[in-house]
Amino acid sequence: MFKQTLAITAMNLKAIPQRLGTSSVIVIGIAGVVAVLVSVLAMATGFHETVANSGRADRAIVLRGGSEAEINSSISRDNALTILDAAGVRKDAGGKPVGCAELVTIVNLPKISDGNPSNVTLRGSCGQLPVLRPGLKIVEGRMFQPAVREMIAGEGAARQFKGLRVGGHMSLRDSDWTVVGIFTSGGDAHESELIADAETVQSAYRRTGFQSVTALLDAPAAFGRFKDALTTNPTLTVDVKREPEYYAAQSKQLTTMLNFVAYFVGGIMAIGAMFGALNTMYSAVSARAREIATLRAIGFGAGPVMVSVFAESLLLALLGGAIGALLAWLFFNGNAVSTLGANFSQVVFRLTVTPQLIVAGLCLGLFVGLLGGLFPAIRSARMPVVDALRAS
Amino acid sequence: MKYFPLLWATLWRKKTRTIFTLLSIVVAFLLFGMLQGVNAAFRQGVSNANVNRLIVTSKISLTEPLPVSQQQRIASVPGVAGVASSTWFGAYYQEPKNFVFATPVEIDDYLHVIPEIKIAPAQVDALKHNRTGLIVGEELMKQYGWKIGQRISLHSTIWVNKYDGRSDWPFDIVGTYDFTGDRSQTLGALFNYAYIDEARTFGAGTVGWWVVSVKDPAQSAQIGAAIDKLFENSQDETKSQSEKEFTQSFMKQLGDINFIVKAILGAVFFTLLFLTGNTMMQSVRERIPELAVLKTLGFTDAQVTALVLAESLLLCLIAAALGLLLADLIFPALKDTIGTVSLPREVLLSGAGVAIVLALATGGLPALRARRLVIVDALAGR
Repeated sequence: MFKQTLAITAMNLKAIPQRLGTSSVIVIGIAGVVAVLVSVLAMATGFHETVANSGRADRAIVLRGGSEAEINSSISRDNALTILDAAGVRKDAGGKPVGCAELVTIVNLPKISDGNPSNVTLRGSCGQLPVLRPGLKIVEGRMFQPAVREMIAGEGAARQFKGLRVGGHMSLRDSDWTVVGIFTSGGDAHESELIADAETVQSAYRRTGFQSVTALLDAPAAFGRFKDALTTNPTLTVDVKREPEYYAAQSKQLTTMLNFVAYFVGGIMAIGAMFGALNTMYSAVSARAREIATLRAIGFGAGPVMVSVFAESLLLALLGGAIGALLAWLFFNGNAVSTLGANFSQVVFRLTVTPQLIVAGLCLGLFVGLLGGLFPAIRSARMPVVDALRAS
Repeated sequence: MKYFPLLWATLWRKKTRTIFTLLSIVVAFLLFGMLQGVNAAFRQGVSNANVNRLIVTSKISLTEPLPVSQQQRIASVPGVAGVASSTWFGAYYQEPKNFVFATPVEIDDYLHVIPEIKIAPAQVDALKHNRTGLIVGEELMKQYGWKIGQRISLHSTIWVNKYDGRSDWPFDIVGTYDFTGDRSQTLGALFNYAYIDEARTFGAGTVGWWVVSVKDPAQSAQIGAAIDKLFENSQDETKSQSEKEFTQSFMKQLGDINFIVKAILGAVFFTLLFLTGNTMMQSVRERIPELAVLKTLGFTDAQVTALVLAESLLLCLIAAALGLLLADLIFPALKDTIGTVSLPREVLLSGAGVAIVLALATGGLPALRARRLVIVDALAGR
């Protein structure tokens, strides 16, 4: 039985070159489906990784109650001091709390690719920035100095928007700013931002308050203490979140939508490809009707014949899936794109084709091949031998 | 027309094959309808943008407020017909996912500048006399099943009410509005600027952006430049764009939707072209003796070519019609996500066009083959 199966399957596969046209329908059809699925999912994964990577469990972000995103929030100077003095905040060697009250504003910069003016976040931060966010590394130039109009730009932003290079100038609100450094921060959302000194940004924007307070905690477990201290303080109306929690909520909407698009479009395409596969396998079976009947007449069982049709369909599907995934990886993996994030400003992220996505794509391809091969395989086994032999 | 029965018979010569081919084309056109529909919905905002209007924002960014005092100065620029303000209120109803585009306005100015908004005069009066009044777009009204006279509360993610320190703003629904030519614009709500401006904890005396109508659309670029010039080197420099530019630039920021849609459709149709082309080739190959018989009977080369092409056209058109019909039925389900109520008509038209191109592309080679067929060789099976 096993030997028979193997023999027929091998014979089948050897005959594929003779039916190259129809066989390639399966391969190309499935490659298309898998390529679309994998590339849209890669977009969702890339965005999620960028945004969700931005947090650390022992850092907390404080926003005004009910404001959802930093850009909507506002926190007064007094409240900012109260928040940083609260229990649970880590102290540096000098006894000062490690944390920054930060300003979030938006500047309009043209995109390099099409010149379209885009919203880019300008974050006003404090001198403790390197301690608060140790992941932030200057890769070119130097850190900004307080009291002078200097800023550093994230690498992601620098690649997407014009004018962000060391020594570049930018005019904001009747003031001239210089880009003095480029930083990376492990591919997180801050890499799409510009960062400068909070007091300097405040004076340029004629503001007195802040948008958020980010504090480093003694330990991840100190979060409860910190949160209780703030929420029980009657002078404050704030939302306190761990950073990973905050950023996960920010990425949720777009990630959900992209996943929906991927599976919706991919699913519909898969149905289309399945009809193509059915066509191919049916015509493969009918083209080989006499051959199959002959095999049956000389003693081959119905089972091995069926399995061979099935195996052919699955193999072609696997090939198609692999080509599709490869195409998605070649063309899209690592491509930097940007979209509007929750802060009403651009988040730069890279499409990421992960092994999981490739596996998901191959599974969908195999599933299509499975369904496309099933009915033709059954038909091949049921074909009446005598009629098939007589057929011209 | 007399060849139709012949055409129909050849089309269904191999039932399963035709059905599967048909279904895969149906699927492709279903996708075409849905994706182009979404794309068109996004573009609709751009094409509906009025050429008579300018949007004036802060030069730094859309989120920087502008002082109320600018209104008089903008109104005095020659060629300006009206100036109205709008402000980002960042509202949601009950849950953050129920975003509501509610904006505080001076209702008379707003209606003067955007005449497409239709409100019954009695309801405009009701809004003026009720500080906490709210005029709700008709689609939004339907979405939450609100009634005129109902008291609702909208949560603002930005503005805090200084009297109770909360971000939940109560409103009385006093009327509804319709928007000429675009139902998707009626997913918003309008209320009195005075209500929020007097009660908010910060930002009093500012607006989000100005909507300016001009007397002569041909002059709008110059008028925009004149407005920007007026505030040049002041603390609040402005940037004036036509409504169209403004919407376009905003859409672009979302990412290149058009490109993604085109890329997916490209992949779909390439796959499909291959699939249908293959089926047609196969079908013609099988029918070579039949075609030779037709030629023997006196059918000209051109007639045989036309028959093969017509067969492919028939298949593609039936499938496209089914696919687009399906898309039309499913599309309204996406209303909440993209805010458009029905599949735009132009999508159906372009779908028909694509079907014809697809039919010619897939039927072309087989038709050529049928045309070149030599009777003697074909009958002899050579």
